[in-house]
Amino acid sequence: MSTSRFNQRSIAPVLFLAPAILFFMFYVIFPIFQSMQISLYDWDGLGEKTYVGMDNYVELMDDEAFYTSLKNNVIWLILYMLAIPAGLFIALFLNQTVFGMRLYKSLFFFPFVISQVVVGLVFTWFYDPSFGLLNVILGWFGLGPVTILGDETWVTYGIIFAGLWPQTAYCMILYITGLNAVDPEQIEAGRLDNAKGWNMLWYIILPQLKPATFIAIVVTVIGALRSFDLVSIMTAGGPWGSSRVLAFYMYEKAFSEYGFRMGYGAAIAVILFLIMMIYITFFLVKMYRDEKGR
Amino acid sequence: MVNKFKTTIAALAASTILATSAFAGELVINTDTSDPAPKAAFEQLIADFEAANPDVTVKWNLFDHEGYKTSIRNFLTADAPDLANWYAGNRMLPYVNAGLFEDVSDVWDEHGLRESLGSAEGSMTIDGKIWGVPYTYYQWGVYYRKDIFEAQGIEVPTNWDEFKAAGAKLTEAGVTPITIGTKYLWTAGGVFDYLNLRTNGYDFHMALTKGEVEWTDPRVVDTMNNWKELIDAGFFLENHTSYSWQEALAPMVAGDAAMYVMGNFAVAPLREAGLTDDQLGFFQFPIINPDVPLAEEAPTDTLHIPANATNKEDARRFLAFLATAEQQTKINATLGQLPINNASTVSDDKFLQAGLTMLSSTEGGIAQFFDRDAPAEMAKIGMEGFQEFMVKPDRLDAILTRLEKTRMRVYK
Repeated sequence: MSTSRFNQRSIAPVLFLAPAILFFMFYVIFPIFQSMQISLYDWDGLGEKTYVGMDNYVELMDDEAFYTSLKNNVIWLILYMLAIPAGLFIALFLNQTVFGMRLYKSLFFFPFVISQVVVGLVFTWFYDPSFGLLNVILGWFGLGPVTILGDETWVTYGIIFAGLWPQTAYCMILYITGLNAVDPEQIEAGRLDNAKGWNMLWYIILPQLKPATFIAIVVTVIGALRSFDLVSIMTAGGPWGSSRVLAFYMYEKAFSEYGFRMGYGAAIAVILFLIMMIYITFFLVKMYRDEKGR
Repeated sequence: MVNKFKTTIAALAASTILATSAFAGELVINTDTSDPAPKAAFEQLIADFEAANPDVTVKWNLFDHEGYKTSIRNFLTADAPDLANWYAGNRMLPYVNAGLFEDVSDVWDEHGLRESLGSAEGSMTIDGKIWGVPYTYYQWGVYYRKDIFEAQGIEVPTNWDEFKAAGAKLTEAGVTPITIGTKYLWTAGGVFDYLNLRTNGYDFHMALTKGEVEWTDPRVVDTMNNWKELIDAGFFLENHTSYSWQEALAPMVAGDAAMYVMGNFAVAPLREAGLTDDQLGFFQFPIINPDVPLAEEAPTDTLHIPANATNKEDARRFLAFLATAEQQTKINATLGQLPINNASTVSDDKFLQAGLTMLSSTEGGIAQFFDRDAPAEMAKIGMEGFQEFMVKPDRLDAILTRLEKTRMRVYK
């Protein structure tokens, strides 16, 4: 009797976890090691694989396009963070009781619901040098026309701006949920101590929104690192590759019309993985500490 | 009850077997001819083939262009059809090298295709074997607004100086001489091909795309300097990096641009946009270096038998059928392109007739296209460099050095 109960206790969790673990092993862990292995080969995806050792990485270190992509990834990481304060601002703004507020909230959330492809197309038209709204508006002030997506200095910022639209909406919804959980008694207490405006926000509201901020940072960093769809839709990496990011460059080298260098693509993937690893480690350590602190 | 269940299972099993292995006499064709005209051409071709060969049923899978380029790699290895369309020249080299295309030299010998399709034999041959059957090709050149030229009193330019003078007149009148959209890069490749063919000739161009000449070679620099003359004179549409080739048609239709260096497939959308044949004309890309024999660009589309095909016998019959003069005439009348078979007739469309006259008198040689003559990776980095050069001509040295670095690696 006692042994069977013991078995139940030890086996049940294993059984329940098994499907998830199996899928995770097979679709996440295994491909990581497979990518590392492929990155040591020269392979077009069809013929024989040739072992080339670290050649792909050596070539990568001497590849201008790789550094352009890396630089763009850093710009993405930094500027994408703007979605967090912007989301907070809109959340605070929408956190009032006015007639029809639910409708306004859902309209602000709308860009996150539509596909990234649609966002990309909308902004491509918005930026279009001949009929785009942006240049029409600039025209009223006697400026322009500017080709945001055809100019190597502006293109990445143009795409990031498009990406900020849905990302801000995402952060906004996180903060709106967070604001619902803010303790009214603490606000009351703050009021009694004469806290207003910025002080109230900074010392009373924001600390209570910490969990929401944490999640917002996590999703924004991930969003920035996997920025692929917008680049692909809006510019296909152009002009002359100046809006590439690592994820897109990897796709281009491995799967696009002119690519099919699986080994080289895998090498880029491994580098991207290492960069993500730094961030993931930081994230895990922080989670672990927070758990322990409780 | 039990028996019924058993028979259902048996029937199910039988039907799955039948579904996976094609019936004898079933011919599976995969193509990416999904645009209206190519689709109609293939529909007709298949119907005619089935009428002529009642024992064969054709199963036709239609793909979209972009998707086809990646899925062909999968289906050639995993689930091969009996026929698939692709392109001539270097573009088919990876599949030939990987042993995924079938050698069809026997079809060529048996049906005398070496004579009737002779003009395309070179671009279909790798390692002395022929790997498919070409069914259509089309000329490249300069499509121009006849009415604008007449209004400005410009004659069709035949040499470099006339060409530049024509451009100067057009810019003076506020018309952009050449429209182009380089967002997807290849359009810039077409301009480079013509400038290089006219500056250095066919043999040099082929040696360059085959990786036998350095990109930093002074002759390449000559080509680029000719190009720079046009760029500096404001020949090309502003903001071309933001447009696709279709979007670049708009300024020409509106009369804001007068010329387009393009393939014959641009005629159909220009006509649809409302330009009549009186407004639209075609001329051969002008001579730059008079010592160089004129060479042209005329990409060829082809049909191949995958090495893993199941019904190769009927596939060979289909190829032979496709190669006949009658079928090539029919297909290309629908496509609005030129047949390969020398006994076929070309429709009396004025652009096709112009193309035919030009191509049949070509002495220099016929190039496929930059991204079909050069290996994929070189093509990509090369066309990216051309696009960059068109916006930042001062970076010529850096661009050519980069292309040379790629050449050293790609062709080893």
